Amino acid sequence: MNKIMLFAQLKEDMGKSSMEVVAAGKTVGELRAFLEKETSLGSLDGIMIAVNEEFAKDEWIIEEKDEIALIPPVSGG
Amino acid sequence: MTCEITRDPIKIEEIYQKVVRRDAGAVTTFVGTVRELTHGKKTLYLDYEAYESMALKKMEQIVEEMKERWPVIEVAMAHRIGRLEITDIAIAIAVSAPHRPEAYEANRYALERVKEMVPIWKKEHWEDGEEWVGNQQGTKEYVTGKPEEGDLLE
Repeated sequence: MNKIMLFAQLKEDMGKSSMEVVAAGKTVGELRAFLEKETSLGSLDGIMIAVNEEFAKDEWIIEEKDEIALIPPVSGG
Repeated sequence: MTCEITRDPIKIEEIYQKVVRRDAGAVTTFVGTVRELTHGKKTLYLDYEAYESMALKKMEQIVEEMKERWPVIEVAMAHRIGRLEITDIAIAIAVSAPHRPEAYEANRYALERVKEMVPIWKKEHWEDGEEWVGNQQGTKEYVTGKPEEGDLLE
């Protein structure tokens, strides 16, 4: 299982700060499609995906125990 | 600590003291504060949230980038999270250098990079509602820039 961390609007929409999903073996792009189809997160257009605290491209392959985070457009500063 | 994420009020003097040194002839400090009016709309207060471990890592990465580009500088920065009132300090960045050009340039670079890729979000609480900035309905896009090619795992 992989922990998927949620922040900001996504966290509020889902009413929780993380969810567990089997993501190992999937690419980041496949995970995105999976989450859009199988969860109530809705469209993840414009949402970056981080793997182990680094932004990842769609082709990046997720491994067991990788910590994943959905990163909405940032607005710090 | 060069970079910090804190729930407490930011003290500019502390950030400044981290970069003061004998061979620096210039120290620039940038202080980002909570603004009341944005395009005529009145903000009551802000809530900042961070993916703290990643945000710190990205802030440290920015410092490394800066030192590569301007080897003569020292940097310190702090970002506050939680509820911030109007005029509260959200971010402070201090850069020291032997001469002013590097201190000015590097400081601006730091803030622009923070706005691009440090996972921190702010929620505006307006008089008539609330909204996570950068994630308005229908415009789910990075509005102030976004992580660049080199920032991505591949």
